[in-house]
Amino acid sequence: MSAWLASVSAWLQDLQADFIKDFIEKNRFKTYILRGLRNTLTITLLALVIGVLLGFLIAIIRSTYVKTGKLKILNVVCAVYVTVLRGVPVVVQLLIFYFIIFAKNDPGIVMTSVICFGLNSSAYVSEIVRSGIMSIDNGQFEAGRSLGFNYVQTMWYIVLPQAMKNVLPALGNEFIALLKETSIAGYIGVTDLTKGADIIRSQTFDALLPLFVIAAIYLVLVMVLTKLVGIMERRLRNSDH
Amino acid sequence: MTTKGDVLIQVKDLHKHFGTTVHALNGITEEIHRGEVVVVIGPSGSGKSTFLRSLNLLEVPTSGQVIVEGEDITDPKVNINYHRQKMGMVFQHFNLFPHMTVLRNLTLAPMKLRGLSREAAEEKAMALLKRVGLDDRAGAYPSQLSGGQKQRIAITRALCMEPQVMLFDEPTSALDPEMVGEVLDVMKELARDGMTMVVVTHEMGFAREVASRILFMSEGQILEQGTPDEFFRNPKDPRLQSFLSKVL
Repeated sequence: MSAWLASVSAWLQDLQADFIKDFIEKNRFKTYILRGLRNTLTITLLALVIGVLLGFLIAIIRSTYVKTGKLKILNVVCAVYVTVLRGVPVVVQLLIFYFIIFAKNDPGIVMTSVICFGLNSSAYVSEIVRSGIMSIDNGQFEAGRSLGFNYVQTMWYIVLPQAMKNVLPALGNEFIALLKETSIAGYIGVTDLTKGADIIRSQTFDALLPLFVIAAIYLVLVMVLTKLVGIMERRLRNSDH
Repeated sequence: MTTKGDVLIQVKDLHKHFGTTVHALNGITEEIHRGEVVVVIGPSGSGKSTFLRSLNLLEVPTSGQVIVEGEDITDPKVNINYHRQKMGMVFQHFNLFPHMTVLRNLTLAPMKLRGLSREAAEEKAMALLKRVGLDDRAGAYPSQLSGGQKQRIAITRALCMEPQVMLFDEPTSALDPEMVGEVLDVMKELARDGMTMVVVTHEMGFAREVASRILFMSEGQILEQGTPDEFFRNPKDPRLQSFLSKVL
């Protein structure tokens, strides 16, 4: 019994030593974990904005083509865009952006990541929103148009609010996927959360604490996002008892 | 009701093809006069809904003209949205906006399209709701209403735009039998008030009682028309005779 206690206490002491080495010494927690967290959040949030704006635009262009036959060329452009961005691994896209597209006029590794993840996410968001728009009964369109609303007004006042409600859970999932996907930003040298932990591991040769700590941080972020999406869903649901 | 007003809608040689095989409208020429209640009947697939939906261009005809108050609305240069504001439409499946309250359903278009203030739009909406006996449901959502109530609200929504003409596309076909009466009553009152109406329906009682003119359509053409009296008492076309023998 006492031997067991002794081994546990030795393990705890090791852990404490590792903790000090990993996070306290040389201010590593602040330098790598907090800075990494800041980069991860910056990339996620800015990419989210790009993804949502561009995704909605693409969704509206593509569903307009299906509903009215207009915007034929734009629709083809969007279809190709979505196919390519969804069909190529995002790591490969990130490397292409870093080494080829932004080789000459480099906007910085963080902005390169923002643009890459934003464009990539827009392809997924556009498909989600498009399915939402197409799920709204055509009678809603006709009712809006018969009252005298033009196409854009009908979309804005009548179709999109209903479509949003239908796709919110799927959009929430996409945001969560985006957050976790940014963990590959280290490939082009961004010190994001994952890279930060990896740098600590390479300096202290301790993998357990840094990796478990960032795993916990990702988990908490995802849980907060899930909660926020849930609150928004409930708000939107209030309108249809 | 028999005195004819001026021509409100003029339809000239209207054709509509769906794909290459379906010829839904096959040369319709017709006039709708102000104050008329025109009821369109015919077997399913006869093109009566397509005809009605062409009048406000929800269905774009393949060829032919629809002239509303002297303006050809099939001309792409014409602002169709402006014309639609004056042409109320009621659908078989109501098509109320489920994410808005009844009051918001009624005030959205008057506020956004005619620039009415919220107060003015709500005042008008409440007055019209009172007329159809639903002023106590102003705050309800469409999902909380019965089918008959939904259709009365849909009629009211169209009326809030003060249309020149009301188009009804089988307004009672999706209703439970016990709710048909309340909707027809609202339509009868509208007719009594002198509203110009074009009604596609299977309600022969309504046609007989309210119509100033009945059109019988079959295979994309108007085969016969007349006042309810001559129409029901002395149908000439054999297809109309056979149709009436099935529905009466």
